[in-house]
Amino acid sequence: MTTTTADPYGARDHARAMTGTRVEAMPTLPATADDAPGETVWEETVAPAGYTSRRIARGTRLRLIDVAGDTCASMLIFNAETPTERLNVADTLKVQWNGYLGAGRLLLSDMGRVMMTILEDEAGTHDAFCGASNEASNARAYGDGKNYGTHPNARDRFMLGVARHGLGRKDVHPCINWFKGVRIAEDGATIPEIGPFPPGRELVLRAEMDLIIVLANCPHVLDTRADFTVTPLRATAWRGEPAGEDDPVRTATPEGLRAFLNTEDLYAR
Amino acid sequence: MTTSPLPGTIRHDEIVPARAPWMHRIAAGETLRIVDLEGNQAVDFLMYAADDDAERYSAQDTIAAQRNLFLRDGAVLLSNEGRPMMSITGTSVAYHDTIGGACSCESNTLRYGHHTKAQHSCVDNFLDANIRAGRGKRDMVSNINFFMNVPVEADGTLGIVDGISAPGLTVDLRAEMDVIVVVSNCPQVNNPCNGFNPTPVRMQVSA
Repeated sequence: MTTTTADPYGARDHARAMTGTRVEAMPTLPATADDAPGETVWEETVAPAGYTSRRIARGTRLRLIDVAGDTCASMLIFNAETPTERLNVADTLKVQWNGYLGAGRLLLSDMGRVMMTILEDEAGTHDAFCGASNEASNARAYGDGKNYGTHPNARDRFMLGVARHGLGRKDVHPCINWFKGVRIAEDGATIPEIGPFPPGRELVLRAEMDLIIVLANCPHVLDTRADFTVTPLRATAWRGEPAGEDDPVRTATPEGLRAFLNTEDLYAR
Repeated sequence: MTTSPLPGTIRHDEIVPARAPWMHRIAAGETLRIVDLEGNQAVDFLMYAADDDAERYSAQDTIAAQRNLFLRDGAVLLSNEGRPMMSITGTSVAYHDTIGGACSCESNTLRYGHHTKAQHSCVDNFLDANIRAGRGKRDMVSNINFFMNVPVEADGTLGIVDGISAPGLTVDLRAEMDVIVVVSNCPQVNNPCNGFNPTPVRMQVSA
């Protein structure tokens, strides 16, 4: 019996016939976005339970959109030049004297530098406390949590994402969860804000350093819904300049100003 | 609160000087007691699975699983794989911190000014100990701060404030797997985490 893929010619034709297929969750190349206010350098929709990673240049704007209201965009950040420098969640909160993320806040590295600035935030529900789901937590919640199954966990998604940049398990550091929130009660209890939320909430970040960004889009670890519930994440990036000398975000606090000075010092070369 | 005797026999008893690192292997079933000898001395604490140090303490997994920021009596300290590494089997202090992280030369420049960059820090202690064991900067993650107090206000404002420990208060940690414990006896002098005066702590391990 012969099939259309029984020989290399047929297999080639079969594969090439897929050219031009569009699905919701995929990158667009070359990157274009009608709604980006600058020269687009990255346009991608990350599938529910998917992940992606990308190197972006200093000054780049990164917009994340919770397309349908149930995105949980877990994020790792590395200095692209020296990836042993990475986001430090504890310093990010402690140095800014606050546990909640929103417009005007900085994301700080473990080297005392500003990695990213939060420029715009329509969501207001984010989480720097509870981190990524892991295989065990997804197995408890959904029956399995493996990358090859139907309920992948954010930590193992991160592992695959960092590996694309030569990094490994030890580089999967504490993360930030965008779009799903956690507030803290007086007794320290974590109060989840899981939604679902109205579609289309946007977050715009500015890279203040050359960065590797790793995103995983899996249900929040405090999501108690019985079904594995997560919707697509859209990521768009466009060219721009890092914070200028008189940028109000740069000068808002003494701690933040010194973090910008440390970042600028890195690029004084 | 009173401190009960450690179970079993004490196999190791050591004073960690002020400002110093400490590293020790603790076998499953053994208990580590940390004694805050002079009171309000932050003990920055990391641990790694002895047979695979890519598995390490995870503050975020621990917080998510217990649905609370504070580490109290009974808290189970989880790894990044979601497995129990140690449990708090007793403590005479109401709660301990795991969101404040470790001080570093670099973060000190942000928090207090560049004049503090030359001061000794917990990250220096963690690196000093870890590098001798083949680990490095990639092994630095959010840690525990025993005897340190970091409240969170309703608007999210948080910070290291005066401690709630006192001379002689303790925390007991039972190992749930074989672990390598790495401690920085915090040298910070710019905030109240050590009462502005770093002091020794005592480490006792019972088998």
